[in-house]
Amino acid sequence: MTKPVGMEVAVAAAEAVALCNIDVAACYPITPNTHIAEHLADIIADGRIDAEYITVESEHSALSAVMGASGTGARTFTATSSQGLMYMHEILPITPAMRLPVVMGLGNRAVSGPINIWNDHSDIMLQRDSGWMSIFADNGQEAVDMFIQAFKIAEHPDVLMPINVNMDGFQLTHVVEPIVFPTQAQVNKFLPPYKPFASLHPDHPVSMGTLGLPEIYTEAVKARDVVLVNAKKVILEVWKEWEKMFGRKYEPVASYKTAGAEILLLTMGSMGETAEMAVDALRKKGVKVGLLKLKLWRPFPYDEIRKAVRGAKTLVVTDRAVSYGGPGGPVCSEIRAALYDQPNRPEIVNYIIGLGGRDVRVEDFMKMVEGAPKAKKSGDDYQIYGVRE
Amino acid sequence: MKKWPETWKEYNTGGIIFDVGNARSFKTGPWRSLRPVWDNSKCIKCGVCYLFCPEGCVQEGPDGFFAADLDYCKGCGICAHECWPSAISMIEEGHES
Repeated sequence: MTKPVGMEVAVAAAEAVALCNIDVAACYPITPNTHIAEHLADIIADGRIDAEYITVESEHSALSAVMGASGTGARTFTATSSQGLMYMHEILPITPAMRLPVVMGLGNRAVSGPINIWNDHSDIMLQRDSGWMSIFADNGQEAVDMFIQAFKIAEHPDVLMPINVNMDGFQLTHVVEPIVFPTQAQVNKFLPPYKPFASLHPDHPVSMGTLGLPEIYTEAVKARDVVLVNAKKVILEVWKEWEKMFGRKYEPVASYKTAGAEILLLTMGSMGETAEMAVDALRKKGVKVGLLKLKLWRPFPYDEIRKAVRGAKTLVVTDRAVSYGGPGGPVCSEIRAALYDQPNRPEIVNYIIGLGGRDVRVEDFMKMVEGAPKAKKSGDDYQIYGVRE
Repeated sequence: MKKWPETWKEYNTGGIIFDVGNARSFKTGPWRSLRPVWDNSKCIKCGVCYLFCPEGCVQEGPDGFFAADLDYCKGCGICAHECWPSAISMIEEGHES
């Protein structure tokens, strides 16, 4: 299948997961990931793939079920959003601790309250430190590609860590886009079967998820952190292999018209495509602006960020979540930390925008770029863009 | 056998334990500060101590009297509390009964 097909992105995500020959899926449908869960259930019920779909009563159970399945050596998938991810919270850090390569689809959505089903990044940001790898898709094609890449990254013998693929709720999950699917033969070639480090089997019993006394807990944490940091190498390898095979390039920090840019915009997720249009419009007006799109969130790409901002005078970072009572947006606080010790670092302006599904238009990006000097002068660490005063 | 890895590099992937059942080599009784002592002249062999022991470490001997396996007894005192003929007393560790 080399011709693009028009498909809703959430449905396409389920199709991509099906191409990966999964063995077990357990998803509790929650807006806006519902269509992933529904369509994957359809695919499995129709017998299109040889897999088990476990209908669970909650997200807490969904992740527990796929972790148990993953422990037996099965290739597993789950999907969720917002409150569902919050409900998984107790289990989330245990998946990387047990080194289980579970793949999760996240239709990013604001967290309550007030109750809101629309898109921002506050769900994943609240779970940021749980030890999962985290990547962000710009559009439907990237989402499909990233799901297939995700299994390969997670199951690499040097990684064996869970990963979540982030898609902006509605703005990405519910739009129909032209998508090119790889063939089953191509996916089979790209993605070898999962070889677990150890698996639960009565013939050679092992214990998983055991107690760690103070004598070992620190060493367990260090071991996990090192694996996550080193996972970047594997991610880059997998992305390079993908580029060679399918011609579509993936980088931790993708750039758009950054040559000679004095001002850089930085986005994460589907806002990147809108920001590209703003960059085009501003470039026509003679503003030397470029765009950086952060696709790899965990492990955080320190080197790539430092390299990407070199030469810029101003860096405008957009965030779609608030770290309440803290440094503003989580993305910006990490960028600031990455650049703090760097010589000639750009001035950083942080805007928090697009919360709870509020539209972010081309004009908004233009206003943010043009208003950056004033925002910097105000001395505030961050601005909540477009809030009614 | 080493009780646990020396360094983080020796930490098993995912903390997986391959020598299943290794809990047998870890005695959990040393946490105890009190230990139960039976006065068999008062004991009526009812087995209430055996039934109530949350650790499952009270065992019946061939003579029908009971005693705690001190490798695992935590000294919680439930046996002494439940023993209605008052045959069990809790003695501080390090003191003779």
